[in-house]
Amino acid sequence: MAETVLSVRDICKNFGALRASDHVTLDLRRGEIHALIGPNGAGKSTLIEQVCGTLKPESGKILIAGQDVTQLQTADRVRLGLARTFQISALALEDTVLQNVLLGAIGAQGSPYRFFRNVTANRQLREVAELALQRVGLLERAEMLAAELSHGEKRQLEVAVALTLRPRLFLMDEPMAGLGASGAAKMTAFLRSLCHEAPILLIEHDMDIVFAIADRISVLVYGKIIATGTAKDVRAVAAVREAYLGDDGWGDNF
Amino acid sequence: MSRETVVNLVLLGSLLIVPVYARAVDDPFLITLSTRVAIFALAGVGLNLALGLGGLVSLGHAAFFGIGGYTAGILASHALNYAPLIDGIIVINGSRSMPVIWVTTLIVSACLALLIGALSVRTTGVYFIMITLAFGQMMYYFSISWPAYGGEDGLPIAIRNEFPGLNSLDPFQFFLIAYAVLCVTIFLISRLQDSAFGLALNAVRQSARRVEMVGIATFRLRLTAFVLSGMITGLAGALFADLNRFVSPSMFSWQTSGEIMIFVILGGTARLCGPVAGAGMFIILEHLLGGISDYWLIFLGLLLLVVVLFAQGGLVSWLAGERVRRHG
Repeated sequence: MAETVLSVRDICKNFGALRASDHVTLDLRRGEIHALIGPNGAGKSTLIEQVCGTLKPESGKILIAGQDVTQLQTADRVRLGLARTFQISALALEDTVLQNVLLGAIGAQGSPYRFFRNVTANRQLREVAELALQRVGLLERAEMLAAELSHGEKRQLEVAVALTLRPRLFLMDEPMAGLGASGAAKMTAFLRSLCHEAPILLIEHDMDIVFAIADRISVLVYGKIIATGTAKDVRAVAAVREAYLGDDGWGDNF
Repeated sequence: MSRETVVNLVLLGSLLIVPVYARAVDDPFLITLSTRVAIFALAGVGLNLALGLGGLVSLGHAAFFGIGGYTAGILASHALNYAPLIDGIIVINGSRSMPVIWVTTLIVSACLALLIGALSVRTTGVYFIMITLAFGQMMYYFSISWPAYGGEDGLPIAIRNEFPGLNSLDPFQFFLIAYAVLCVTIFLISRLQDSAFGLALNAVRQSARRVEMVGIATFRLRLTAFVLSGMITGLAGALFADLNRFVSPSMFSWQTSGEIMIFVILGGTARLCGPVAGAGMFIILEHLLGGISDYWLIFLGLLLLVVVLFAQGGLVSWLAGERVRRHG
């Protein structure tokens, strides 16, 4: 079996009477795209926040590359190899595209505690930043303000920032949303090549994309993983059909 | 050269020309006014680092302005009385030398900012404003109730402290000292804005979770900015004490915090020379309108309202246009 890069082991998280994570166990293996799907309110966001460290589970463990990170802060988990792209872009919109990726380069390679030297003149950081922009096809936009980018370009910039981190794994929250058909196809191809560098845990609503791109799929319903496996395996599980039938009309996809 | 750089040079140039003219026509009062502008601008530059760049809306920067003033006052009073500050196994004497006082002020304000920051920087929004305000008020009441250094009456500095090679008693030379400190600080801040720290701090204000997600701990980043900010405002307080040759608890009052914030907002938050424009405007209004009516603050309030509503980036934005931070 391939090496496990991210391991979520039996985590529980309650909000009052609501079980947002109910003994969730999930593995992300090297080289794969693992999609996490589930209806709205199933606890996907809660799970992501726990992986990132903005929420702490009440029980269970989270391991990155074999190391227990359950008690670590977000920034420390990132230094161990976690990279996340946000569903709603969390970019510094008043800054240029280049400055946004430079921030990633500073976090990954440099130190933010340099007070005097002009950071855009730092060749090493600049190379990392420009390479990331080039890979997502935004290099010619480098001097534009992030706020001036189109919705789809902001998504690409999110991915570029994650690339500067040279992470062990990517956690991508709906990277295709709002990209349009050709943009989504390009991003799909890009992610397929990217997952050989570092595996991707993908949260995605579009079932067509999920079934086309994912090596494995986990289905989260009411805080519980009800099925994990290949697209074929997951389709065959009766509980999955039940969870989706009549919900958002997604049942049509099965 | 960008339009903002031109505006900045014009602002700093005007602040130099006024006292040069005042000296030629022998108007020491105008020199003192210019010195006030330079010192208030310095206090504003300090707050602007926390508020403008870091998004830390501190309503307690009077704590640093005051602690700077009292550091200068206490050191000077001990030196003048020939009474050691600490008299025991180690003897620490007071000092009347500005460089010594400044270094001491920077250390003392850094310690105070570290303490206040460690407790307040974890919070955001209204909570942050309230905690910083509370610390400012705490310092205010402490200064009133501590009789050793004048308590409510304040602490006079009999003779202005000395700067090697200059005659600080001459108003123009003292202006030059304050002006030089201001210019050096502005230069350092301009470097900081383009540094890795500046980039990260600027990003924290816009999206803290983004900064966490590239592996940078935002608490430490904000705290560092808060400490640097407090040090600069503390230094301004030490100069202000020497300008007036008097330190009083009012330096710690929340009105002082409010005024420093007004310098920043009037001039333009996060604009390098915004506080220079803001403090200049404040002093000009104080003397033009203050001469007409005791209620001049009403007009200041109206002006502030106009700036906030119609010129969001303050005077500097109005003069220099929207900020362009593209470089590379």
